[in-house]
Amino acid sequence: MTEVDVREAVAAAHRDEWARVVASLTRRFGDLDLAEDAAAEAFAVAVERWPSDGVPPNPGGWLTTTANRKAIDRIRREAKRDDKHEAARMLSGDDPPEQLGVVDDLRLRLIFTCCHPALAMESRVALTLRMVGGLTVPEIARAFLVQESATGQRITRAKAKIKAARIPYRVPSADDLPARVSGVLAVLYLVFNEGHLATSPDADPVRPHLTAEAIRLARLVRVLVPEDGEVAGLLALMLLTEARRTARVSTTGELVVLEQQDRGLWDGELIAEGHRLVRERLATGAAPGRYQLLAAINAVHTSARDARDTDWSQVVALYDQLVRLDRSPVVALNRAVAVAELDGPEVALAAIAPLGEALDGYHAFHATRAELLRRLDRGTEAREAYDRAIALAGNTAETAYLTRRRDELG
Amino acid sequence: MAEMQYLVSVIFDETSGFATPEEMTAIDAFNDGLRAEGSWVFAGGLASPDTATVIDNRGAGEAIVTDGPFVETKEHVAGFWIIEAADLDVALRLAAEGSRACNRKVEVRPFL
Repeated sequence: MTEVDVREAVAAAHRDEWARVVASLTRRFGDLDLAEDAAAEAFAVAVERWPSDGVPPNPGGWLTTTANRKAIDRIRREAKRDDKHEAARMLSGDDPPEQLGVVDDLRLRLIFTCCHPALAMESRVALTLRMVGGLTVPEIARAFLVQESATGQRITRAKAKIKAARIPYRVPSADDLPARVSGVLAVLYLVFNEGHLATSPDADPVRPHLTAEAIRLARLVRVLVPEDGEVAGLLALMLLTEARRTARVSTTGELVVLEQQDRGLWDGELIAEGHRLVRERLATGAAPGRYQLLAAINAVHTSARDARDTDWSQVVALYDQLVRLDRSPVVALNRAVAVAELDGPEVALAAIAPLGEALDGYHAFHATRAELLRRLDRGTEAREAYDRAIALAGNTAETAYLTRRRDELG
Repeated sequence: MAEMQYLVSVIFDETSGFATPEEMTAIDAFNDGLRAEGSWVFAGGLASPDTATVIDNRGAGEAIVTDGPFVETKEHVAGFWIIEAADLDVALRLAAEGSRACNRKVEVRPFL
């Protein structure tokens, strides 16, 4: 086995098994901090040992066992030092072998703990990405453009609060479930978006393990609350976005916008599943929430065989509904993009003008403005807007695309 | 696992007045509920902060006595419960009932 093979095996194990190892240790030791540290140590041992020993036949089992041993070592060391008999007491009793369903349940518990409403939203996202997604602190800090030390502290404080206040490690009771699920969805959506369009120039432009993780977790949550329209909506939205992943970045690493994508590259299975979910929700006749509307918009896009066949009036109508639920300027900006197709760039440019103050630091605002100005043959202004967008964009594929568009202006 | 204890502080802010008879009745009913399910440890109401006296006996000389609360704030603690609960979810559920009963915000804080 070559060095590259081993490296890939470790990366794959990290992607597939991290959350499971953390979840399983959290259940056993009742301590997120310990679970996280022991899991990290186990992966470090894998990096060290697998090149000479070979990749074990069951990497997940190997990692869990190794992490368990690391955790027990640490508890023994600390018990000796601090005479903490209580910590040592947790060691009694061996874990029964875990079934797949049990593992999923453990991961679900982990996500409900990390997304607990007693934690600040930023902490929930950071903690979920660390504990469930397996991202490192520097990766999370870069993803959300905050200082590494601040992210580290945020995670440490959140873990300390979970422990001190005894935030439980379990799926919430039926009474609490709807509110708790909606909190989880907000976190999953942020995780998905970070995978779908990484905001950092140091990150890969698309991180499929993050999008896959978000989708996997959304599916788990859906099993728990199959009747919840927004869970179905978010899952559909993710599937319809994920379906276009390979078409979204060119071989040269440049972003390919929706109307220029090779629709033959779209994943038909994911689209079919996404459309099925959207149709199911429509059939209930219940008023759609935010994720269901976003999913419906994506369903319209993915129903068109050619970009020119897009039903823009339908897209704008859905955005009109969305604007009523969500007054954020970002939604208004996205609506204007659809308006440009229906009523022309001039109308759209007027629609985004009032958003300038709120969205001045948002690259997509300047990119949208640049495209509209370009279509109106206002080259000088378009160039300035591209410059602003390029300066603000962090995603490498997006930067490459915007740079080419600007340079085409001549 | 052993039960946890939480301090549920009742927060008095500008919107609060003295407890009304309806609120007192609701608080009594809530307290009875806490006792019935074994969550009750202790509860009490506090007189207003201007009745407070601060004493500092850390120095070498006599203890220094100061009139008034140790910190002037717009919000202060008007009373509290100490409850026992299995975990924060249970404590938050009880605290939500308590907040409804006394018609005030409450803060939930675990004991060490």
